[in-house]
Amino acid sequence: MIQIQRLSKKFNNNLVLNELSLDVQTGQTCVIIGRSGCGKSVLLKHIVGLLRPDSGKVLVEGREVASLKELELVALRSKISMVFQGGALFDSMNVSENVGFSLLEHTRLSPKEIFARAEESLSLVGLGGIGNLMPSELSGGMKKRVALARAICIKPEIILYDEPTTGVDPITADSINELIRSLHDKLKVTSLVVTHDMKSAYHIADKIAMMYKGRIISEGSPEQIQGTQDPVVHQFINGLSKGPITDAVDIFK
Amino acid sequence: MFNLFFIDLGRKVLSFIYFFGGLANLTGQTIYQTFKPPYKYGQIIEQSEKAGYESLPIVSVVALFIGFIFALQFGYFMQRIGSEMYIASLVALAIVRELGPVITALIVAGRVGAANTAELGSMQVTEQIDALETLATNPVKYLVVPRFVALGMMLPLLTLFADIVGIMGSYLICVLKMGITSSMYMNMTFSALLFKDLFTGLFKAWIFGMVIALVSCYEGFNVEGGAVGVGRATTRSVVISFLMILAADCFITALFYFIFP
Repeated sequence: MIQIQRLSKKFNNNLVLNELSLDVQTGQTCVIIGRSGCGKSVLLKHIVGLLRPDSGKVLVEGREVASLKELELVALRSKISMVFQGGALFDSMNVSENVGFSLLEHTRLSPKEIFARAEESLSLVGLGGIGNLMPSELSGGMKKRVALARAICIKPEIILYDEPTTGVDPITADSINELIRSLHDKLKVTSLVVTHDMKSAYHIADKIAMMYKGRIISEGSPEQIQGTQDPVVHQFINGLSKGPITDAVDIFK
Repeated sequence: MFNLFFIDLGRKVLSFIYFFGGLANLTGQTIYQTFKPPYKYGQIIEQSEKAGYESLPIVSVVALFIGFIFALQFGYFMQRIGSEMYIASLVALAIVRELGPVITALIVAGRVGAANTAELGSMQVTEQIDALETLATNPVKYLVVPRFVALGMMLPLLTLFADIVGIMGSYLICVLKMGITSSMYMNMTFSALLFKDLFTGLFKAWIFGMVIALVSCYEGFNVEGGAVGVGRATTRSVVISFLMILAADCFITALFYFIFP
């Protein structure tokens, strides 16, 4: 279970997270929606301990991430995977080495076994047989799927996805959605997905949370979010250019 | 106007303190991670090859030219006072004590330090360093330690090589153009050099190697602002390394001057 309690974070006087609170139950897929630059990725980085909060807490399985010692953080990170927006594949390694990186670093498996596990993960994302290619030889969509294969290779309990379907074609986006759904159904993986893609959000989410001005302003099931009366959420999920979100920006301008 | 000057000065002082604080923090972490198992032998060898073996051609060429130039410059004056035979001693001392380590360090800072900053900077802007952390791998252990150990080992070896090539360059000029005999040249070289001369030169090189590794990695880790940021950090890395090499050189030379007069 992930519990975020009154989390605040500021960068150069810019308050990105403002006492944000959110709970994600074990085995649940929670989708966070919100405009670009509203702090969704910053939130994910707090969960995996890449950023430290100015105030508030992030608890994963009841343990506060910011107070963990080095070895405890390593243990936590071996249960959490993160899929980065641009893939964040290591340029100097081929696809197999990228996917099997964690196994190579933290297990005593033989290179042959690691290669087999990497190939299995690649097949799951529909990219079997490309292990020898370098990241520079892959398209944007393929990079995302390889990043996803790297995330699932260690069989994590929690996966954090940073815009997994942005910039990929609709067919690839749907296959990524299916994969997230199947990880949820078969392995009961807890997932936190940051996205703008509402079609994807409705497809994969058990719960959708809308982030606005550093806080969660609305959360509920996909049906509840679709039927919302909140004008901010309504504008965002329907992709309207006029509404309270853009009016606030216009006034600021 | 006056206020702006003090605001700017204050910012510069703060960024200077911030830089040295960050560098000291990275140095502490790097030393700790260097001695903490597991040891990344494969990456140390890979980095040693990049920093040492691949720097050999440029170090050789520069050292050879330095040897030529010094023999000619000393020759110009020494011939006037009829003391050509001392050129060998002067060149040997100048190269082994000072020029060998400093020139080698400046070449390596420009070649290897810049590459380190650009590589780590690109990894930073494409979130690869964050990805390393999320894969439960310490970026200092994985990226900095191999470079730190490799440069610490390779710079003294490159310096030793540069010393030999530089002295050979001077030998060629003195023996072929100034009429000094080969045996005289060798005698004058070895009689002038003491063990402490070689030791201070190689000790300096070891320190310079670690300075280059730490500055280049620190700048790489702190890149902000995409490709422009990587370019800016690479320039800063080379400039700061040059300054720190010369400052460290001055300090170590003074230290040895007073310890082993």
